[in-house]
Amino acid sequence: MSVFRALVRRELSAFFQGPTGFIIIAAVLFLIGLGFVVVLSGLNGQATPMPVTQVFYGTYFFWVILLLIAPVITMRSFAMERASGTYESLMTAPIGDWQVVLSKFTGALIFYAILWLPLLVCSMVVRFYVGESAVLELGTMFTSALGVLLVGCLYMSLGCFASALTRNQAVAAVSGFALGAALFFTGFFSFFAGDRSDWLSQLARHVSLPGHMESFSRGVINLGAVIFFSSLTALFLYLTHKVIESRRWK
Amino acid sequence: MIEVQHLTKRFGQHVALDGVSFSVGPGEVVGFLGPNGAGKSTTMRILTTFMAATSGTARVDGDCVFEQPDRVRKRIGYMPENNPLPPDLRVADYLGFRAELKRLANGKAAERVGEVMEQCGIADVAKRFIGQLSRGYRQRVGMADALLAKPELIVLDEPTAGLDPNQVRSVRNLIRDLAGRHTVLISSHILSEIEMTCDRVVILHEGRLLASGALDELMAKANAVVAEVKTTLANAREWAAELALGQAECAEQPGGYVRCRFANTTTDDVRETIFASANERGWPLRELSRQAPSLEDLFVSLTRGREGGE
Repeated sequence: MSVFRALVRRELSAFFQGPTGFIIIAAVLFLIGLGFVVVLSGLNGQATPMPVTQVFYGTYFFWVILLLIAPVITMRSFAMERASGTYESLMTAPIGDWQVVLSKFTGALIFYAILWLPLLVCSMVVRFYVGESAVLELGTMFTSALGVLLVGCLYMSLGCFASALTRNQAVAAVSGFALGAALFFTGFFSFFAGDRSDWLSQLARHVSLPGHMESFSRGVINLGAVIFFSSLTALFLYLTHKVIESRRWK
Repeated sequence: MIEVQHLTKRFGQHVALDGVSFSVGPGEVVGFLGPNGAGKSTTMRILTTFMAATSGTARVDGDCVFEQPDRVRKRIGYMPENNPLPPDLRVADYLGFRAELKRLANGKAAERVGEVMEQCGIADVAKRFIGQLSRGYRQRVGMADALLAKPELIVLDEPTAGLDPNQVRSVRNLIRDLAGRHTVLISSHILSEIEMTCDRVVILHEGRLLASGALDELMAKANAVVAEVKTTLANAREWAAELALGQAECAEQPGGYVRCRFANTTTDDVRETIFASANERGWPLRELSRQAPSLEDLFVSLTRGREGGE
């Protein structure tokens, strides 16, 4: 366990030893702020039947930030170790492949969670000015946070997988972005599917990330969505592990 | 300590290692010698469980590197080629991190990090970022990491590459200090490097084992004798052919001398024969010396011996 902790700490320190982590945080902070202002001026003091969280995740600010930033967080995880050669000393230390994969994933996830902390402040601001606690309930905030975290698990695992495939960070970022965007766009079919019940439309509704996120931001924990996110995360972590292991294939 | 049998590694069509077998006893300092691309690093990567061989077996202290990598990793301190280190960490922090990975007990870790920093002469840069260190210091940080867990086997891939003569000497001393307490495997493409630090040598060439054994025995077969005699080039060539001491190269020198270089593939000292023969002809002899072989000579003599044997 202490080995795992040391590995995660090393992952996080890699973000904060140099400017990388701070630049990512600054960029996300700027984008969140911009999104927040737009959402607020859109509301314009009018009453809305939706919780504020739903308004935010309903707009595409969240998704644009996620799609752009997620591959940047994970691109370095394996690719940089490979490029610099430290991968070799890491993988010949007495630690297991799973420990390496899970620690890279956990490190990225923690950094991802830190990125979204400003959203809490935004919520506080809304709550303070509206002066009405009904606008923002603790419950919806919790489920939204859970949703953000689950989406993060999926995108971090996907990004780790993309990074494990290459020694070039730019390639890792672009392929991670393509994978993530593809997954996101597939969900768009559900908008066109409407009420149709053929298998394709049903599938589209299952992979619709905004659809899943919508229920979380409404305050609903949809078990199907939880299983969807966690199983895909597990799949990508498994694939990452396979890639790492492949160096020892004959 | 190390048992390697018929180790073969293919990368697609390229054969990096071709049926290499050798063994290393405990406490020995063994050098891997060969030009770039001979398969030195590949062998080391397989021994340190970083990659698997296509076929063949390798055991470290009885444990197979493919089937029990965890047990093998605990016994090994490895410094990979080019000594890769994270530039964004301070020396002491990096070694602390590595100590945690190697499961040194918490209380002992700090103490041990201090010890290896002292041993490798990097205590004065403990607080510096690795990225700011000179190459010599960085090399010693890599070696400190390899020593950290007091491993039975220390594997150093080209520990002296790219260092200046002073740094080479300090690294060499460090390696010599390890002899006896640890089994050490180092690689180099410089013969003199191996000569000064190793008891035994394993020579690889294009993925194949050329020779393995005590270095002096191998070198004795590859030395050359140089003689400068005062005569014409044609005479000298005739003389060299008559002596039949292996391949000879003759070149004219200023002052009417000819310099003949005899590649000697036997362990016998042929200087006496040459002196007597030159004397007989009444040719002034102004130089007669035995030269230590270069790596090239060694290769030439070894490959020739092989071809002859086949």
